[in-house]
Amino acid sequence: MSERISSYPGTPLKERDFAEGKVLFQWWIPRAHYAWDAGVAIGRFLRELRAGRLVARRCPQCRRVLVPPRMVCEHCFCPTSEWVVLPGTGTVKTFSVCYVTWDMQPLDEPIVPAVIELDGAAPGGGIMHLLGEVRPEEVHIGLRVEAVFRPVEERTAAITDIRYFRPIGEVKR
Amino acid sequence: MRMRRVAVVGAGMTKFVRRALETADELSWQASKMALDSCGLTLADVDAVAFGTAPDTFDGVHMNGEYCAPGCGAYGKPFIRCYVGGGTGVMAVIHGWYHVASGLFDTCLVVCEEKMSSCQPHPQGAFLTIFDHTLERPLGPNLLWIFAMEMNAYMTRYGLNKRDIALVTVKNRANAKDHPCALLGEEITVEDVLNSEVMAWPVQRLDVSPISDGAVAIVLAAEHVAHRVTDKPVWIEGVGWSLETAYWTNRDLSYPLQVEQAARMAYQMAGITEPRKQIHIVEPYDPFDYKELHHLEGLLLADKGKAPEMTALGVTRRDGDLPVCPSGGLLGVGNPIAAAGLMKVAEIFWQLRGEAGRRQVPGNPKRGLAQAWGDLMQVGTVVILGVA
Amino acid sequence: MVEKIAIVGVGWYGFRSISPELSYKEIMYEAAVRAYADAGVDPRTDVDSFVTVAEDLNEGTSIFDEYVPDQLGAVLRPNVTIPGEGLHGLITAYMQLRTGEFDVVVVEGHSKASNILYPSHILAYAMDPIYNRPLRAHPYFIAGLEMQRYLYETGTTHEQCAQVVVKNKANALFNPLAAHPATLTLDDVLDSEPIAEPLTRLEIAPLADGCIVMVLASEDAARALTDRPIWILGVGWANGSYGLEHRDWVDVEYVRQAAQMAYRTAGIRYPRGTLDLVEVDDTFAYKELQHLEAMGLCGPGEAGRLTEDGTTSLEGDLPVNPSGGSLGCGHLLDASGLARALEIVLQLREEAGPRQLSDVHTGAALSWRGIPTTSAAMVILGNED
Repeated sequence: MSERISSYPGTPLKERDFAEGKVLFQWWIPRAHYAWDAGVAIGRFLRELRAGRLVARRCPQCRRVLVPPRMVCEHCFCPTSEWVVLPGTGTVKTFSVCYVTWDMQPLDEPIVPAVIELDGAAPGGGIMHLLGEVRPEEVHIGLRVEAVFRPVEERTAAITDIRYFRPIGEVKR
Repeated sequence: MRMRRVAVVGAGMTKFVRRALETADELSWQASKMALDSCGLTLADVDAVAFGTAPDTFDGVHMNGEYCAPGCGAYGKPFIRCYVGGGTGVMAVIHGWYHVASGLFDTCLVVCEEKMSSCQPHPQGAFLTIFDHTLERPLGPNLLWIFAMEMNAYMTRYGLNKRDIALVTVKNRANAKDHPCALLGEEITVEDVLNSEVMAWPVQRLDVSPISDGAVAIVLAAEHVAHRVTDKPVWIEGVGWSLETAYWTNRDLSYPLQVEQAARMAYQMAGITEPRKQIHIVEPYDPFDYKELHHLEGLLLADKGKAPEMTALGVTRRDGDLPVCPSGGLLGVGNPIAAAGLMKVAEIFWQLRGEAGRRQVPGNPKRGLAQAWGDLMQVGTVVILGVA
Repeated sequence: MVEKIAIVGVGWYGFRSISPELSYKEIMYEAAVRAYADAGVDPRTDVDSFVTVAEDLNEGTSIFDEYVPDQLGAVLRPNVTIPGEGLHGLITAYMQLRTGEFDVVVVEGHSKASNILYPSHILAYAMDPIYNRPLRAHPYFIAGLEMQRYLYETGTTHEQCAQVVVKNKANALFNPLAAHPATLTLDDVLDSEPIAEPLTRLEIAPLADGCIVMVLASEDAARALTDRPIWILGVGWANGSYGLEHRDWVDVEYVRQAAQMAYRTAGIRYPRGTLDLVEVDDTFAYKELQHLEAMGLCGPGEAGRLTEDGTTSLEGDLPVNPSGGSLGCGHLLDASGLARALEIVLQLREEAGPRQLSDVHTGAALSWRGIPTTSAAMVILGNED
């Protein structure tokens, strides 16, 4: 910085300052609750999940099969034209093995989130979900997986109607 | 050229700390006052205020821009906030630029502030709501997931290992020792990074920049005013910004295409045809170590997959051929989201004027580039600054 | 720099009290398709930059910016989100075009207010966390305080405020876009439940869902695209004091400053004589009166009289809120200002159907960001070259 400046503002605090009552503060827990309209594309996607199926939309111009489904193709900016049922299998495009919660507490069991490139969708087309029935060290990019749905009576037309994706075939517990 | 020239004529910033005593508008005021003092201007000289701050959920105030406006000197003045997630710090400069380049104003104060510590029990909680409310939030995602998945895609595509990437944290933390506002200026080794706790593989604790509070402000002026205010105006030569699709699970995460788009837009405006020769200093956005590398490639300053090699060869050290993050970056100085991006622009400003003190890049640099990034790994914002 | 900027296309969806059939992405697409067709542009090739207006807490998503590009045709294009009023977004697009670096810029704003379960809690979250929120009073108390003082100092009567509601909801009956039209009497309004005295329920604009997209272009591009460009003659915006404790409860100086800047940039010296119509924020009925006075269109306390004597009605000398305002159309959160500007555009293009005013050439739209802010923006539009 220019030599004229000799000190910088900003006063750092420590956890102790709060514990010892040296700093005053106010709490507020917001009541920020929403009920989002799912709309046409996601509404159908969720209903199909409850029926045990993954669906996508096809763009009539570029012919890409889009998942998550949307009513407009973002490349062509034209309405998508038809529903396509996907087989529910796919390939792990990328993944992580997470050992902490969002507030940085250690997890008992690691969670394995992944982006699964779904068969039947445009190349690269996929969704994020969790992997299950697999040990972290067995996961790799390119792993073939399949969706595992919850029992019918437990489904609520939500993304969690799929419990997780598990490896197809080769990897066994 | 019919474009109105705009220069940066002053800058100021607060320390970046983990938890500041000051409120959001007090931090804004401290940085704004410093920026005005640095060029001998007062609030009366400010025609408009351009403000940037990232999620309101950190500060715990809806319409946070309104809350911070008085601290930025916006009382009785035109005030507009811009917001593109992590890209905000550099976008705010672009936002201020078109305030002045439009001809409506001769000066504009650009302020970026972030007070992440208000969000309890952990600021990371604010990021839970960036995910799609229907398709992603029910899975209980964690911000680390998306960085880890992008890092994994990048590493796997180019066969990189953590050792290649950890060098960035080592370099930036060391650079930060010379930054008076830095939170984590220190000497660490590659081993320290590789031995740190694995949080969401492949992300380890020392790959990540610290959550912080802080504010930065710069003063923009039209050409005729800039020459009166300072004899070393730093010109905004090019700006660029671009936003990728929200459907990030459909993208190739190994390459930040939107950063390339933003860079091309800025290079074209600045008349730059050979960036690797014509850009002398780069401050790419480095919230995680691999991001500096990812972004250098997106900025066309390194071949795809080759930024780690460039780093290992020492090219990106302060005394190297292309100094990268001489400030110490987010990894070393701190990451108060919007303020961090503006800190990078301020760094280029000070460097080009020879005022960066112990951080000064040798060889009389004439042109620098600052870049920020954010959203669901979607946005790229670029500003190119230059001196005559 | 380019001096002349025009609005060359407009599109909308709504406005309705609920919109369960479409998601926010889908209403944005609907409005965008209409606007692009109106302007004759393909967003993938003809639009240089996109400006959207949104606040995270109104959407229920942080960094809402992430979710806008696809349905606007804006992927891998310059996009910026303005957490501000719709008119701040319009003004941002205007500034971008004036630099001379862009030819066509799109601005979008929407409301899915029906998806917010506790709107008053979101408003409370905007209040100062140390000094005001702990009082745990419904945020409308701020409007009650201001209205109380405004009536006291200016001599405006409660009946005159109620007349604003009657006028605007009646105007809305002629507006197919309006969500809350109604035929009311003064007594209906005055007898509705007190919410934050002296404010009654019917004096508060009810919420609505909707989306508005506008396409702006610099002079050359505008003339190539349309033979009915609506020129942006002037713009102005200002912030006041955020603290409730420092406010002047009657003189909304930030509105005055925004208006003065707009008149100055438009070269208008006698606003009352130049403006043919105005659309002003009427989130609360008294606000229409307070805003008209702050815009210099009449003296303090006169706006109520002008409402009573019909000057501001559709048949009057200076029609105010011919669309029905937020009281009649529904309050579209931060997109309300775009709804006000939309009406000016439709009137100036003679596309306002049964509520079309005759011989209109210059109109102004004024927005306010609502409680607890002191943030206003104004644009002046004209259809003459």
